[in-house]
Amino acid sequence: MKVIEGRVWKFGDDIDTDLIVPGRYLMYDVAEIAGHVMEGTRPGFADLVGRGDVVVAGKNFGSGSSREVAARALREAGVVAVVAKSFSRIFFRNSINVGLVPVECEEADVIEESQTVRIDIDRGEVIIIETEERLVAKSLPSEVAAIMEAGGLVDFLRIRIGDDTT
Amino acid sequence: MGMTLAEKIIARAAGVTKVSPDEIHWVDVDLAMIHDSGGPRRIWPMLDELGLRVWDPDRVILVADHYVPAQDTNAAKILQTTRAFATEFGISSFYEAEGIAHTLVVEKGHLRPGMLYVGGDSHTCTGGVLGCLALGMGSTDLLGVLATGRTWLRVPHTIRVNIDGSLGRGVTAKDFMLTMIGERGMAGAVYRVLEFIGSGVAEMSVDERSVLTNMCAEIGAKTGVIASDETTISHFKDLGIQVDEGPSSDSDAGYLQSWPFDASEMVPVVARPHRHDDVVPAADVVNTPIGRAYIGACTGAKYADLAMAAEVLKGRRVASGVILQVAPASAAALSRAMSDGTAETLVEAGAQLLSTGCGACPGLGSGVLGPGEVCISTTSRNTRGRMGSPDSKVYLASAYTVAASALAGEVVDPRSVMGVPA
Repeated sequence: MKVIEGRVWKFGDDIDTDLIVPGRYLMYDVAEIAGHVMEGTRPGFADLVGRGDVVVAGKNFGSGSSREVAARALREAGVVAVVAKSFSRIFFRNSINVGLVPVECEEADVIEESQTVRIDIDRGEVIIIETEERLVAKSLPSEVAAIMEAGGLVDFLRIRIGDDTT
Repeated sequence: MGMTLAEKIIARAAGVTKVSPDEIHWVDVDLAMIHDSGGPRRIWPMLDELGLRVWDPDRVILVADHYVPAQDTNAAKILQTTRAFATEFGISSFYEAEGIAHTLVVEKGHLRPGMLYVGGDSHTCTGGVLGCLALGMGSTDLLGVLATGRTWLRVPHTIRVNIDGSLGRGVTAKDFMLTMIGERGMAGAVYRVLEFIGSGVAEMSVDERSVLTNMCAEIGAKTGVIASDETTISHFKDLGIQVDEGPSSDSDAGYLQSWPFDASEMVPVVARPHRHDDVVPAADVVNTPIGRAYIGACTGAKYADLAMAAEVLKGRRVASGVILQVAPASAAALSRAMSDGTAETLVEAGAQLLSTGCGACPGLGSGVLGPGEVCISTTSRNTRGRMGSPDSKVYLASAYTVAASALAGEVVDPRSVMGVPA
């Protein structure tokens, strides 16, 4: 997978999907929801975040509701990857499926807001550009990486259906 | 080494004789559930994009529970899309406003012991109460299942939660789960399966057991599971369905950990705002007035919960200034409560009866909270803003504790009004 480099926005532990996308916005389209992303924990975040940015968080990121729009809204708002000490499994799967790169990194705590990180999933590392610190990240199992590399589950299925018909 | 119940179900669905934790397998899904919020409106466009149909409409349950009844035109459109999907793809198991999906699949007899069941909702884990592996996922994962009947799973480690002894009067499965989550933290079982066993589980009704599996979502677990037993079989028998006992864990199965609990030591507890793992005995919460008491959701408005509330409220009135709202988890629960006087007791005590559905729990339906409101609720989550305004506060508790607090106008230990020595 290609290397990702982006500016960091830092969050804490147990950021659940009600905080990422509060329920009152669920009835709208993803584009509109993205304008409220992270509103439950940091109001105004949607106006600050930019294309190619990276969210860094503590443990259990994306817990709670299975609402996939939490991952989609982050992606729509420009976030390309989430680096966290651990993920809720549903959010992890949703991220893979919608093309938001989930990076498990137990040392995520040392990364600070506004730093720039370079993420190399295949080599299993996250590098903090400013300090040149190298953190260990988990690489994705090959079965899961295949979905991610296709661009998400819809594109993965499209390729597989194509294979079946040829 | 033998296999756990969860491992056996995954092995069977993967078509292999043995699986081990952390392996990834592609599996055949026995049953899939989608609902109005994460279902048709999100999945249909993707199905069309791929030019695919639903792999087996008879293996799909569609439930409109989040936006019923429509509160505005946006919600009405979501429900129209949901109905149209059922028609277009020939899904006969479509329920609108009959109840919350997790309650319906249990009540309507859709599940079977040993099934691999996936649903587009985090509380899908509730279904593990009937001995199946019930897994919550997001919309695109459900698209994959609806299109192909298959998905990938990583085999989870299982933790054995051993509950011995009996819960005291006024103490419930909800108190047990909140206590356990308080001890272990909301990330206490991330990626694990919790298998509940022991004499304390054996004596619980299906309604009460379903709180154990339901709240596995609140401790981060992949799911919860209870091997089928006489109670399970008799649940199906009451539905006119003959089932055999399903799979169970081998005696030499590999558990990651064992968590022992003595049910007799449990007391009524509450989770304080804004974390469901900030749990303390209800008796320790003093001088905490509440303006709202909410009995609702798949976690806390089954028939058993309505009956608990009625037991406390019988012949009494809620405190002045308190609004008590009851949104039954299913039409069947409401119907039973109407036939035996439970509903009458609730209404006479001053309860407002709200429509059946997810309601205010995810901050969608009737009864959402305004700024400054303090609520005690039988639901499962109290993250800031979950039930409405970010400036509201939610205490989580059992139906006993919510009803007793509604009478007192403040958070109380329900045993104080039930005549039970604490």
